[in-house]
Amino acid sequence: MKAAVGGYARARDLRHALELLSSADGMGRVLAGGQSLVAALNMRLTTGDILVDISALADCRGVADDGGTLRIGALTRHAEIGRDPLVRAHAPLLAEAVGHIAHAAIRNRGTIGGAIAHADPAAEFPACALALGAVMRVEGLDGPRDIPVEAFFRDTFETALAEGEILTAISVPKAAPGEVQVIQEVARRSGDYALAGLCLVRRAGRHRLALFSTGPKPMLATAAMAALDGGDTEAAISALKAEIDPPSDTQASGAYRRHLAGVLLRRAVARIEGGTR
Amino acid sequence: MTIAFGNPDRPNSYIGKTVPRPNAPRLVQGRGRFVDDITLPRMAHVAFVRSPYAHARIGGIDAAAAKAVKGVLRVFTGADIAEVCTPWVAVLAHLKGLKSPPQHALATDRATWVGEPVAAVLATTRAAAEEAASLVEVAYEALPVVTDMMSALDETTPVIHPDLGDNLAFRRLHDEGDVEGAFAGAHAVVSARFRTARHTGVTLEPRSILVDWNPAEGQLVAWHATQAPHMMQTVLAKHLALPESRVRVICGDVGGSYGIKVHVYPDEVATAAIAKIMGRPVKFVADRLESFTTDIHARDHIVDARLAVDEAGRILAFDVDDWTAIGPYSVYPRTSAIEGNQVVNLCGGPYDFANYRARTTVVFQNKTPTCQYRAVGHPIAVAITEGLVDMAAAELGMDPVEIRRRNLYADDAYPATSPAKMRFEGLSHHASLDKLVALMDYDALRADQAAARKRGVHRGIGIASFIELTNPSPFMYGIGGARISAQDGCTVRMDPDGSVVALSGVTEQGQGTEAMLAQIVAEGVGVSPSEVRVVTGDTQVTPYGGGTWASRGAGIGGEAALQAARALRDSILEVAAAMLQSEPGRLDIRAGAVVDPDTGEERLSLAELGRIVYFRGDTLPKGLPRELVQTRHFITSEYPFAFTNGVQASYLEVDVETGVVTLLKHWCVEDCGRIVNPQLVDEQIRGGIVQGLGGALYEEIHYDEEGQLLNGSMADYLVPMAAETPDMIVGHVETPTKESLLGAKGAGEAGTAGAPAAVMNAINDALRPLGAQVTEMPFTPERILRALGAIED
Repeated sequence: MKAAVGGYARARDLRHALELLSSADGMGRVLAGGQSLVAALNMRLTTGDILVDISALADCRGVADDGGTLRIGALTRHAEIGRDPLVRAHAPLLAEAVGHIAHAAIRNRGTIGGAIAHADPAAEFPACALALGAVMRVEGLDGPRDIPVEAFFRDTFETALAEGEILTAISVPKAAPGEVQVIQEVARRSGDYALAGLCLVRRAGRHRLALFSTGPKPMLATAAMAALDGGDTEAAISALKAEIDPPSDTQASGAYRRHLAGVLLRRAVARIEGGTR
Repeated sequence: MTIAFGNPDRPNSYIGKTVPRPNAPRLVQGRGRFVDDITLPRMAHVAFVRSPYAHARIGGIDAAAAKAVKGVLRVFTGADIAEVCTPWVAVLAHLKGLKSPPQHALATDRATWVGEPVAAVLATTRAAAEEAASLVEVAYEALPVVTDMMSALDETTPVIHPDLGDNLAFRRLHDEGDVEGAFAGAHAVVSARFRTARHTGVTLEPRSILVDWNPAEGQLVAWHATQAPHMMQTVLAKHLALPESRVRVICGDVGGSYGIKVHVYPDEVATAAIAKIMGRPVKFVADRLESFTTDIHARDHIVDARLAVDEAGRILAFDVDDWTAIGPYSVYPRTSAIEGNQVVNLCGGPYDFANYRARTTVVFQNKTPTCQYRAVGHPIAVAITEGLVDMAAAELGMDPVEIRRRNLYADDAYPATSPAKMRFEGLSHHASLDKLVALMDYDALRADQAAARKRGVHRGIGIASFIELTNPSPFMYGIGGARISAQDGCTVRMDPDGSVVALSGVTEQGQGTEAMLAQIVAEGVGVSPSEVRVVTGDTQVTPYGGGTWASRGAGIGGEAALQAARALRDSILEVAAAMLQSEPGRLDIRAGAVVDPDTGEERLSLAELGRIVYFRGDTLPKGLPRELVQTRHFITSEYPFAFTNGVQASYLEVDVETGVVTLLKHWCVEDCGRIVNPQLVDEQIRGGIVQGLGGALYEEIHYDEEGQLLNGSMADYLVPMAAETPDMIVGHVETPTKESLLGAKGAGEAGTAGAPAAVMNAINDALRPLGAQVTEMPFTPERILRALGAIED
């Protein structure tokens, strides 16, 4: 199928990109790695978009050490995150997640900002950001603003990004001493979206548990987190199963996904406690 | 009458060796020439408006907005196409009772599945055609939809084609021996309901056709991604009212077919009709999304089956009740009854038993039509047979290898006729099983399985013996009235430089047909394979033939090539003998030269012989036959089909908490008779296994109750990928068919036939200690956990 695109422009810099978006009359779409957007265009799931290509914005690419946090440029590609020494040292969850994301060709083109702004509820990076307590740096013509991750994801493919805004960076707190971060998922095939997955972070005895592919957006399982903080894994599993309402589709039923979430949590807990799974 | 190809030191010993594929460098360098690579002057593109309803009456079609799109040349309705193109009815006389209504290239009054073409837009670009197609407004009136297979014949179910009276397309019962008596007296009876999911064959290159009607020549030329160019020549001629001689089908590079490209598709015929109406070339290349709703589907079966055994594990009887639903039409011209018919023919196939009852019921429904796809019916029949055999072994506490040894036809039992009335010329079940058991080190694997079990790891071993139908005679289609040739031909000629050109009626779709033909011709004539150019896929150029399907390329096309090559060798030697004042019997051709057979000394190069024949014929004796070109055709005559056999094994691990199956290793030992090219055969086996693994673990087309296809993309219809594919060990036993000099049977479908059953049996071997069993494919994580009772709804 042939894409029906309204237009294409390559932004010189951030200001130019924002101006292009603003002049697109609501039809502007930010093109970064294109690994979700181009597929959607080619299936005519979306037509008439005016593509604003931001891939040349060098300022939005790369990982920087900001003291207590890592600042990850939105255009940093999945493969770059997977091998970045700062990420591996201070946000190992993101590096581990890369191994679960799609295939090498996609990881070489796709960007973390694109993955987070696209807000696919089955994607890994949005859940990682949620588990890590990331902050989203967003730029508009009126200037920048920071959005805490808990307020960022709103629904399937819907975020707090306003019309005309661009996600430029993701800041994540550096892992504390002794902090453990793990991601667990089950997919039908290597590289497929997970049937269900979760990210578990234990920081100073407190847990953050973010689920993906179990609802319309990545979610924190707060009841399970409280049980984990109390040291009761079985209670956490029960609480987790009670607080998610996963969808059914052609790959698996909601009931299967709920069961799987419990299995994955038990395995994640075993890992942060030093198990091998 | 076979030739001893066993001696590897014989001259020109190319048959039986892995030789380079002549077309491989071209394809890997991106220099292939597929239909989509061809551009003709004044070429236009067609895109189709497809029904969004599974069943609807077609009212008015408003094309005003579509016609306003820049580049649009014309919009066609079903009535427009029907003026130049007659409908077809896909029945065969030997499939008694098979019925199907007339089918038009574009639906005229009713759409009967989601994706059926109802209008066509012709434009100067594909993008404009697609854009305009999305603007064509069709007034649909939704009609009742039939989607459930098992209730399709109920009185309360709407009848899709009222003129046919009911939704039954075909039913066949085969009853042999005393089935009820055998079950009544059995020591043990096992039974199960098996389900194979609706699949489609996902080809790298989608369906493609480019048609040019030249009114000045009165000739229609179709560049077509097809497996059967001569069949398509007949079809296009018949339904566009042209003489067959005025239709030329050219089939260049084809990017995979798997049976998908051996059928007549309404959108492709409509493309030809539009080219004829417009008097200009028209191209249609299906995109991946429309392929899911319009490429044929297959394998949608529900089977209740039971098996009776005595106390020694001897099979007493099989009783099989097969149901399949084929969509709203039987597919032209091979029909959609063949798959169910194959299930009846093939169940219990490897085993020597007496009492057999099998029935297939083929019903209409409002989904994409189904038809023949790689290993037609075999994966279903093998799953039923081997699943039940393993269940019987478990019931008796017998090892799965042992129960097979007790029931497989003895290797010296041939010729034999099965209770399904299939005739076997010569098979090697026991030799193959012995080789498999040795290859996989069965006892060590069982020890590993037991050790893993102690660690809480659930591994399973699955075995599946099978037979495979290849080299079909006219009994497959011809006797039913279809103009589908079971015979194939090859013309081999020597050119002045001593090189050889072979023109064959069988076709290449990426599997290496041309390499196989080149090495056969090279050996047959006595030249290097690099001196042989192979031409396939052009109805105006090659000898008439059936094409490549039902694993007939090597067995039929290869034999024609061998006979033609040997005849050319004789012609060359006759000329050479005259030139050298010798006798043909005292000369040989080796590596492109006429030699003394005793010493190998070169007497005359073929290039020199060519120079004299073609340019200095005046120096040769008057009356000397000097035709350095020979044609031979071949058809099997002793057996309706050349059956092959084999056995596969799977070793895998089941995660009983998640239900995920990890394939650890896979083995196949098969007997395709003479192996022409070991590497190509192994690749066929491996590729076939991978498609079988897809059926076992991943592939399933889902529809909702309204007949909407729910997973029509590569993201949602899962095919096996490299990461999921285990190491595959392939072994061979060679029992050449005596029907030909070459002795080759088919190898293209054996992998697909046996792999699903091997995986199913391995999963059930892993699950058995936990009291669980799965028989519904694909074996998704969820189905496995449900069998284990692990999921609370």
